This record gives sequence, structure tokens and C-alpha cells, in this order.
Amino acid sequence: MAKVKGDIIIDIEKCKGCELCVEACSQDSLTTSKKVNSKGYLYIVKIEDNCTGCTNCALVCPEGAITVYRKTANRKEQIAKITNVTKDMTITVNE
Amino acid sequence: MNEKQMTAPDSHYEQMIAEESVCTTENIVYEKPHTLTDTPFHYCPGCGHGVAHRLIAEVIEEMDIQEETIGVAPVGCSVFAYNYLNIDMSEAAHGRASAVATGIKRVLPEKYVFSYQGDGDLAAIGTAETIHTCNRGENILIIFINNGIYGMTGGQMAPTTLPNMKSTTSPFGRDTNSMGYPLKITELIAALPGTYYVTRQSVHKPLNVRKAKKAILNGFQYQKLNRGTCFVEIVSNCPSNWKMTPVESNKWLEDNMLPFYQLGDIKVPKEEIK
Repeated sequence: MAKVKGDIIIDIEKCKGCELCVEACSQDSLTTSKKVNSKGYLYIVKIEDNCTGCTNCALVCPEGAITVYRKTANRKEQIAKITNVTKDMTITVNE
Repeated sequence: MNEKQMTAPDSHYEQMIAEESVCTTENIVYEKPHTLTDTPFHYCPGCGHGVAHRLIAEVIEEMDIQEETIGVAPVGCSVFAYNYLNIDMSEAAHGRASAVATGIKRVLPEKYVFSYQGDGDLAAIGTAETIHTCNRGENILIIFINNGIYGMTGGQMAPTTLPNMKSTTSPFGRDTNSMGYPLKITELIAALPGTYYVTRQSVHKPLNVRKAKKAILNGFQYQKLNRGTCFVEIVSNCPSNWKMTPVESNKWLEDNMLPFYQLGDIKVPKEEIK
């Protein structure tokens, strides 16, 4: 199985600490911090390093404060780009 | 010497973090749409309005119609919707958003026009405008946020308040003998021949958010066909006036609102099913 590694960045100044993302996270990697932001809300922080980048937290966030990143380890590399192909041509790829 | 000891490990960690980080521009799978401005929302924590605004912005950005869209903001909690969406917006008198949208669409028929209304605006004071707009079959999209209460004015009973639901003007619960029954305006409108696409969605879970986005996308796309009004109801929460935390309010919405306001398409265009 290809290892999927994700990460999120939370804009803590926008966060209002509604905890909907904590509820939506399938990996239980989010929690409420013990500090407040400039508006006085207890913002959300990521504590576990098991994020898969499923975007559930960002979808339910009412403030749009979450940016999600995802990286798949075994991404297929593009070897070459074939252009100007006509019907009488035959193409073989050695594996 | 002490300074070196202090700084050396820090730079080492910075390098390690930089090597392992997946937070690069090419790895972004989800970010705030640029059509949504950087202004922080004035809504209460956990309010569904923010998600609805973001979905509209995402759809506009996906269709690349930022220059061709005109929105009409209502009176209610979402009265400042024009501060958050980076498109042409107009403000309407209370309940008259769909009437204003009609005028804009008739003058500029090639533009995408939508009105964004809450339940006090659309289902109480603006019932006549809404029903007649749909009956005329204007080619606009009406987005209706239903949270079963008057949010901005402090939690009074709305036409969409559920039976036995407490509000400041029905402190013992809504008594259907004296206060009547909740108004299912979406079903009312679906019966009119002028409407083309009528649906009800919610935004309380990731799956529902995706479905709601698809519904709004359909609503915008059907405008080019000139077949009639598109109507998208979004069942939402109001944590402040329901006197609950956001997580509790979403649970309450699922247990009480959704059995009454059942999700799904109510009127789907027949020839467009693929």
C-alpha cells in the first residue's frame, strides 16, 4: 500500500474553536489548544502526525481556515510525452 | 559559546522540518477559494453560513464565472454576504432578494444571478416574492438557508421552526394548535411548473458538504438552459439560538431537523439525468 502522507495548516487567527473539525477528523489528530488567539477563542491544533490529507476537516470548517496538503509516496512518473501520433505508427514500451 | 550551543540545534531541526514537510504548493489538495475574501466571517462559531458561502465561492471559481456572476444579499444573519464574496453583489430590502434578482436577470440575461436568503427572509416576509418569482420561472438560482429560527434578531420563532421546538417567542415549544405547522416551502415551490431544479441539502457532515456543492453547481449550470428557477435549500444549524455547542447542534440537526426536512432532490430535470 502506498503510504499517504498528509498535513494541514490551520489559520489560528481565523479559527473560532467550534470543534467541528475535531469531530470530522477520522484520525483523531486534532484537539483544542490551551491558548487563545487575539479574538479570545480557543483555537484548534494538530497533535498527532497521522494525517492522511482526507480534507474532511477543511470541508466542515465554517471559517475556511484549513489548508490541506497530501503527498503519495509511489507516484507514477511520466517518462515521455508522445505527440504527433498517426494511425500507421506502432509504439512499444519496454517494462 | 553559549550562543552557538543555543543556535546550532535549532537550525538542524529547521532543516529536518524543511526536508520532511509536505506543505508545499504542489501538494495542496484543498484550500480556501480565492473568490472568498480574507475578511473574517462575523458569524457565530460553528454556523453553517460560512460553509455555504465557501461552497458558492468554490463553484464560482470552478466554473470561472467570477466576472459574470451577480449575487443578491438578503436581510438576516447573512446581510453582510457582499463583504465575503469577491463578486458583484447587491443588497435587497427584507424578503425582496428574489424580486431584485429578477430585475437584474431581466436587464442582464447573460449573467449568472443568484439570491442568498435565510428562512426569515425567504419563508416569512418574502413568501409572496419567492412564490411569484418561481411561478414566473425566472432563470435565477435561489439559495435558501434553513435553520428553523430567526438568528439575527435573537432566536424568535420562524415559519420553519419545528413542532415543540423552543424559541424566545414560543418558550414552551411550538404549539401547532395556536402557532400552526412548520412551512415546507421547498415542497410548495416544487409543485409550481416554473421551477426547474429543486433540492434540499445540508452541510453538517463532509459527505453532505460535497453533495451540497454538487447541488449548487447544478443550479448555476442550469441557468444557461433558460428553463426556469433553480432552488437549493440548505438545512443548517444555529448553535447560539438553539443554546447548544456547535457539535451538539449538528447532532440535534441530524436527529430532529432531518426527519422532518428530508434531504434529497425534490424536482430533477428529466432530460438532464445522465
